[in-house]
Amino acid sequence: MAKTIAEKILSAHAGKDLRQGDYALCKVDFCLGQDGTSGLIIDALKEIGAKKLAASSRFCMVIDHSAPSPNIGVSAIHKKMRTFARDFDLTLYDIGCGVCHQVVLESGRVLPGDLVVGADSHTCTYGALGALSTGFGSADLALTLASGRNWFKVPQTIKIVVDGKLPKGVYAKDLILHIIGDLTADGCTYNSVEFTGSAIRALSIDGRFTISNMAVEMGAKCGIMEPDKKTLAWLKKYTNKRIRPVFADKGAVYSDIRHYDASRLSPKIARPHTVDNVVDMGKLKNKPIDEAFIGTCTNGRLEDLKIAASILKGKKVDPKVRLIVAPASKPIFLEAMRSGIVEALVNAGANVVTPGCGPCVGTHNGVPADGEVVISTANRNFKGRMGNPNAFIYLASPATVAVSALRGRFTDPRRYVR
Amino acid sequence: MKLKGRAHRFGDAVNTDYIISGRYKFKIQDPKLLARHVMEDLRPDFYKSIKKGDFLVAGKNFGCGSSREQAPLAIKYAGISAVIAKSFARIFFRNAINLGLLPIECDTSKIKEGDVLDIDVDKGLVINKTRKKEIDIRPLPDFMSRIIKDGGVLKHFIKHSGFKINA
Repeated sequence: MAKTIAEKILSAHAGKDLRQGDYALCKVDFCLGQDGTSGLIIDALKEIGAKKLAASSRFCMVIDHSAPSPNIGVSAIHKKMRTFARDFDLTLYDIGCGVCHQVVLESGRVLPGDLVVGADSHTCTYGALGALSTGFGSADLALTLASGRNWFKVPQTIKIVVDGKLPKGVYAKDLILHIIGDLTADGCTYNSVEFTGSAIRALSIDGRFTISNMAVEMGAKCGIMEPDKKTLAWLKKYTNKRIRPVFADKGAVYSDIRHYDASRLSPKIARPHTVDNVVDMGKLKNKPIDEAFIGTCTNGRLEDLKIAASILKGKKVDPKVRLIVAPASKPIFLEAMRSGIVEALVNAGANVVTPGCGPCVGTHNGVPADGEVVISTANRNFKGRMGNPNAFIYLASPATVAVSALRGRFTDPRRYVR
Repeated sequence: MKLKGRAHRFGDAVNTDYIISGRYKFKIQDPKLLARHVMEDLRPDFYKSIKKGDFLVAGKNFGCGSSREQAPLAIKYAGISAVIAKSFARIFFRNAINLGLLPIECDTSKIKEGDVLDIDVDKGLVINKTRKKEIDIRPLPDFMSRIIKDGGVLKHFIKHSGFKINA
């Protein structure tokens, strides 16, 4: 019988034929934790008395959510992680390496067809390479690390087909915001999503990561794309392992199939305090902003920084606006320095902070004041997300954020991009 | 299993940042201290109004957002015995079961703040004593009930030397 990508990947990892709705124990190819979740992973392993970790060579920890540490409490968690990594001889990416998802992707450890779990909800990012990757809590991650396996429910799948060419000034971020606005924050709950169509294939791999990254914002378990030549070329930079792509069968059963036309899209923005509160950028035209943030596992990659630099080069950010930039990883930071992106951004008034999650999770690096308005390239705009429940967070593309920082007010980027 | 308590009523899409803010979850490791900040951004000092055994009652998509296990942990340590919602986000649902915190899926539209509720898990009913109404619960798969009965996934894993998916 014809299968979806999720049915195929989970069947292969359970060693038996699975259908949507089945429960099964599956072997996990890779797993990870970050500094917000690893403390509890370590506690859980202690509680079960784990002496050996079956997946120790298929695991890593990344210190990214508060890096470097802003306070004593966080320092204690970081120390606990470093000690644990030493005791069990585990891979630890310490402060400055970058956001866990970009670090894992650049480590070449995730391949098409893999089953990956991470103690971070945005683990779904790797779906863009054709892997089934999803977020877990800390206890589940600990048991995966200890035993090399965990249980999975085989999800139903919603197919999202995007055709047409994205207009100038409209990006992957605008597309995924539009889809989330349409399907809503729980529109894909318990489902796998398969993104397909000519507009998805036309995206760069960086753009595809942006799309898969936000699958969880509509409740999806994972957001998978079929690998193509671009995927293989991207993977070649990071691994020489043999690639075995997994494709959906013709006739696979979908719980829903949705069609979108990219050519009709305009720049989008998600208003406070939910990600599905999406409107056309034009609706907010000229509303003043206080802070602008470019970075995160959604939009802190080279392509994103390049777009921002091309808009800001030789100009100055509005003096009433603080612009903060966090490259998603150290290699991205280095390349952005080599290619003059960092210089252009800093000259324009940007504050470039350590590669990592930056201000997205509200621990440091730019907590807004009461009543302030923030425009950000992140994936969440929940009340209090950036550390202050009395601030207002809006989500948009790097181009929209850069242009808005320049003008000091919400601005449609289409007139400003070359 | 039977539970008794009062309803603390919240709305739709209560995300994990609201349940326990990143301001606290990254630096506080003691779950009892974490519990003092539960739902703080939605209702300051909420933890003070909880009596042991009370229920959180919400609309759809409860627990959406991050994978932080500190969310169900803070709820549990605040004294809440079950979360009753129209629907749950999947990571929170799984985390709650893993911690032995009962997630109950049912129509919550007829439950108001302060209502006294009885939950009969085996019969699959929420009985609203205040409004004299019975509400059907969407049953949990046997495997998940077993994890709850074992006292959470870690105890389950120790007891069965692994995951026991089939009876």
